[in-house]
Amino acid sequence: MQTYLDFEKPVAQLAERVAELRETAAEGAVNIDAEIGRLEAKADRLLRDTYRQLNAWQKTQVARHPNRPHFKHYVDALATDFVPLAGDRNFGEDRAILGGLATLNGRRVMLIGHEKGDDTASRLRHNFGMAKPEGYRKAVRLMELASRFGLPLVTIVDTAGAFPGIQAEERGQAEAVARSIETCLSLRVPFVAVVTGEGGSGGALAIAAANRVLMLEHAVYSVITPEGCASILWRTADRAPDAADAMRMTATDLEGLGVIDRIVPEPLGGAHRDHAATVRAVGEAIGAELDALCTKSGRELRDERRAKFLRMGG
Amino acid sequence: MSWLDRVRNSIPFIAKRETAENLWHKCGKCGSMVFVKEWEDNLNVCPRCDHHDRIGPRRRFAQLFDSGRYQLMAEPIVAEDPLRFRDTKRYTDRLKAARAATRERDAFQNARGCIGGREAVVGVQSFAFMGGSMGAAVGAAFVVGAREALQHRCPYVVVTAAGGARMQEGILSLMQMARTAVAVSQLKDAGLPFLVILSDPTTGGVTASYAMLGDVHLAEPGALIGFAGQRVIEQTIREKLPEGFQRAEYLLEHGMVDAVVHRKDLAGTLAQLIAYLSPREREAA
Ligand SMILES: [Zn+2]
Repeated sequence: MQTYLDFEKPVAQLAERVAELRETAAEGAVNIDAEIGRLEAKADRLLRDTYRQLNAWQKTQVARHPNRPHFKHYVDALATDFVPLAGDRNFGEDRAILGGLATLNGRRVMLIGHEKGDDTASRLRHNFGMAKPEGYRKAVRLMELASRFGLPLVTIVDTAGAFPGIQAEERGQAEAVARSIETCLSLRVPFVAVVTGEGGSGGALAIAAANRVLMLEHAVYSVITPEGCASILWRTADRAPDAADAMRMTATDLEGLGVIDRIVPEPLGGAHRDHAATVRAVGEAIGAELDALCTKSGRELRDERRAKFLRMGG
Repeated sequence: MSWLDRVRNSIPFIAKRETAENLWHKCGKCGSMVFVKEWEDNLNVCPRCDHHDRIGPRRRFAQLFDSGRYQLMAEPIVAEDPLRFRDTKRYTDRLKAARAATRERDAFQNARGCIGGREAVVGVQSFAFMGGSMGAAVGAAFVVGAREALQHRCPYVVVTAAGGARMQEGILSLMQMARTAVAVSQLKDAGLPFLVILSDPTTGGVTASYAMLGDVHLAEPGALIGFAGQRVIEQTIREKLPEGFQRAEYLLEHGMVDAVVHRKDLAGTLAQLIAYLSPREREAA
């Protein structure tokens, strides 16, 4: 069943009307095909208009939508011959970040990404996509493996942030994130990151300091959640919509600021309405970026990546 | 000052009213009234309870460099208020107020001088300036300090202090984590030591970037050091935090810092480290 967001209410009402009419039609009372067609076209137009002008807070809701495609969907649809790799060789296996060897459209790569899970059991297993130090240390391990064996790195970024907890602090959450960022910037292989949902602060950047950073049209990427920013600067989380707007966290904003390199368009009404089309578009964009990067030497790739981030903020 | 004043000043509760406010410092931890001169001579550490007070760049430079002599480096100019950010106040107004209050341009300053007779560049973050938060100016200053160390082939020492990212610069403040990490990598590639002194408080994006990428990490006693804020953790896990959580001694216990060093021993410890790790020393040996 489709989960509707608050701002999608008018669309939801139309869909409900269509469903009712279909039921009536099924009872064979009257022929209402024309009426159904008219309403469906109206719903499409409404959806298109709504999604064309989403504000930053609405996009945050879309980016967090429970039906949005996650890492697993990208692996299933894009990767052949996927070999999952686990563990940080130090403490444990953190399922908030998954990774492994994958073949994308004939090209062998290392694929790493946050996984939020999509039902209660899997959300708990993946800790809602919020990684602990061992998750970032696993990412470092896999990134270094990729670099050593000349495999391009592709990351799928979708997290509210690194997990804030006592044990995570004890095991050095800050150090793990810092080391992961440092590793991103030292790799001598092509590196493409795609922010597919929430790009939540350091926990996202830890696997996103890439040669090319792509972003889905309605994804968001920010230094802190709008709720967090609002509760600090406005002293109430109720001002999250204002904070979202002020922080400039949409794909268009970030492209303008030079923080991301390419926006991948989403299907009508957002990625959650059409997984196949979304995943295909992301796959094609990754392929195009890797084609361009694979002509460069390892040294060039690392130096260009470093130079790009060294300039950030002027 | 007469001996009578001296006696009177050493008895906090009597002297307070009779002496100019700026002659006394009230300890933020134990509440003792300490004569400012005595407190400053003690490196802004409470002589009663050893509480290490927060200090800004100038005072820190004076304490760390040989004979308190150093050359202040110019602060880089960056685009101000790139997002035209406004919450309950304009970001530009917050910057103006912070500059007026601290007489600093932003929250990070560099200086060059000698420590234990050997050249070093020292960068100090200023908590007094908007909570030491890291925006483009802090990131750019860090890069400038690292570059100076590269040019002089000497160590880069950084004293951290920050509540986290400069939210008013949005994603650009986040990008400073990657930017400063690049500067650290360049020092490492050049074989130059990057030494970190964690002072109270160091949290958020600063901890999760250059503060945890040092060749050696020293921390001041009692300093709060962590990734997530304590309130955020309490709200997430819904339990009380253990005693001493995220304090320097706790980090030492968990393997995140090499030593907790009293402020009076900091310059000496740095001199020792620099003597061992300085590239010229290695070449000569
Ligand atoms: Zn005291």
